[in-house]
Amino acid sequence: MRRVGLNVLGLLVALVTLFPIFYMVSTAFKPANEIYSLTPHPIPLHPTLSNFRTVIDGSVVGVPYWTFLRNSLIVTLSAVVLSMLIAMLAAIAIARFRFRLRTTYLIMLLIVQMLPQQALVIALFLNYRSWGLLDNLVGLILVYTAFALPVTIWMLRNFVAAVPREMEEAAAIDGAGPFKVFWKIMLPLVAPGLVATSVFAFIFAYNEFVFALTFLLTDVQKFTLPLYVDYFYGRNGANWGAIMAASTLFTIPVMTFFLIVQRRMVTGLVAGAVKG
Amino acid sequence: MVKTVSGRPGRATAPAGPPRPRSAASPSGRRVAAFIRRHRLTPYALLLPSVLAIGVLVVWPAIEIAAFSFQNYGLPQVMGVQPTQWVGFSNYSLILHDSEFWLSLRLSLIFAAIVVPLTLIVGTLVGLLLNRLGRKMSVFVSSAAMLAWATPAVSASVIFVWLTDPDGGIVDWGLTKLPHWLGGGAHWAGYSWTNSALPAYTLLTVLVLWQGFPFIAVSVLAGLKTVPAELHESARVDGAGSWRIFWKVTYPLLKPIFLVLLLLSIIWDFGVFTQAYIIIGPGNTNEYNLGLYAYEKAFTQPPTYGIASALAFVLTIVLLIITVGYVRSSVRQGAIK
Repeated sequence: MRRVGLNVLGLLVALVTLFPIFYMVSTAFKPANEIYSLTPHPIPLHPTLSNFRTVIDGSVVGVPYWTFLRNSLIVTLSAVVLSMLIAMLAAIAIARFRFRLRTTYLIMLLIVQMLPQQALVIALFLNYRSWGLLDNLVGLILVYTAFALPVTIWMLRNFVAAVPREMEEAAAIDGAGPFKVFWKIMLPLVAPGLVATSVFAFIFAYNEFVFALTFLLTDVQKFTLPLYVDYFYGRNGANWGAIMAASTLFTIPVMTFFLIVQRRMVTGLVAGAVKG
Repeated sequence: MVKTVSGRPGRATAPAGPPRPRSAASPSGRRVAAFIRRHRLTPYALLLPSVLAIGVLVVWPAIEIAAFSFQNYGLPQVMGVQPTQWVGFSNYSLILHDSEFWLSLRLSLIFAAIVVPLTLIVGTLVGLLLNRLGRKMSVFVSSAAMLAWATPAVSASVIFVWLTDPDGGIVDWGLTKLPHWLGGGAHWAGYSWTNSALPAYTLLTVLVLWQGFPFIAVSVLAGLKTVPAELHESARVDGAGSWRIFWKVTYPLLKPIFLVLLLLSIIWDFGVFTQAYIIIGPGNTNEYNLGLYAYEKAFTQPPTYGIASALAFVLTIVLLIITVGYVRSSVRQGAIK
């Protein structure tokens, strides 16, 4: 009896949490007369793709959806690859070496992670202005890489530290050089951690709004997806079907991606944030 | 000073040690590699890219913000028409005499004071629930919850604005159908949630709670997994109820986790920007929180970067003070080992 009660409670939590996401998708498939009906129905009675068509052909903004998807993917994937390369080096340094500034570096990471983006964005904007990085996707890639680093280094270092040192030593005794040890031993063993960490970096960069809002000013062609959704919402007032379709197209990929690696990533994140 | 973790000096344990001579293409590259090895600089060389990236794009802007806050940095200075001048504390005194600043500060503080405990309580309750569910159910519920956490802030905000839309939003419709004794009724029809501060921040609270509690729940669950089941059982055998068990057994054991979660939540919720930007929107100055207020000072015409920097600096200092607590508790938990 108690067990049933707990399960019902669990289902309730899941339903309440999923409802907004469900309602977004549902609205995206509704024709206009159902969206503004006096008694809203949870499921579209006459599902339509017209909202998605409005978004994809770009009739409202003047730029097709694919442009924003491409921008987002360029920025996100570049930032993920860059931050993984840099974070891997740093993680090896702090997981495998003892050196004088190690503690200083770790504390620096913790502090840097907490600096508010909307404060730093003011100085970054002025710097980017003089460096010619405004309205430029490279500027976004750089800033996403740097801001993803503290957490990704912290997460990766736990995964690197978990690789048994004996395996590396054995390989080294067998005559493998440092690079061979890295490719044949470290990389395969850290791969799951690398996946979890890059998903974190991906979600961060793909979802980021404040920097995109500030650095991509005038050129709609350069907008990333979150900025596009906000812009679309601002331009489109009450066309909720299309807004929800844009939002769905933006959200569903990252959610799918997240669900695939969910368990491993949550463990890594929690370990990074809580246990350190 | 440089030793490998195990204390052995062996270079063999360094997986991505110094570049080997044959991989260095030029003689000068070879010399650099030899220098790094001789002086045991490998860890520093490995850290260099991250230090550069973080230094140039995070730490340096933070220092600049501090400097700008004492300068008259505005449009003429950016255009190069006039030089920037050091103006002492005049940006700060301008802020202190601005009633909008005090309003936004108050809204930020009240918001954090409500949202942080709410998120922690709901998150902890769900975490406790997850711990008592069967394996499959627990995975299902936590996955569902984490989807809310993974929803981009922009999407989440737009969804919540739609849910509470005065024309066709499902929340207003639901409230009109609610019985009178629960506060429902026809007066909810067409109710606007974004027109004034109280409903707008109520909406923001629910939104931030929705996105924030899953992380707390999953973290608490991870902590609970480390508590030996026998502890709970023996407490139960001794006749302790759930309430007592939580406060006498679970809470003391998980106290470090709660402390970190509390500090993280304060930092996240005090500085909430994206959701506030979309729900409250640019222009509604009487509903601004600190983040929106500072952003407006910098990015609406005419820009006043000096004043905005002073605000940003205050925000940063407040968060840094909290961060010191976060770092200390992390150190105490052995995170920096």
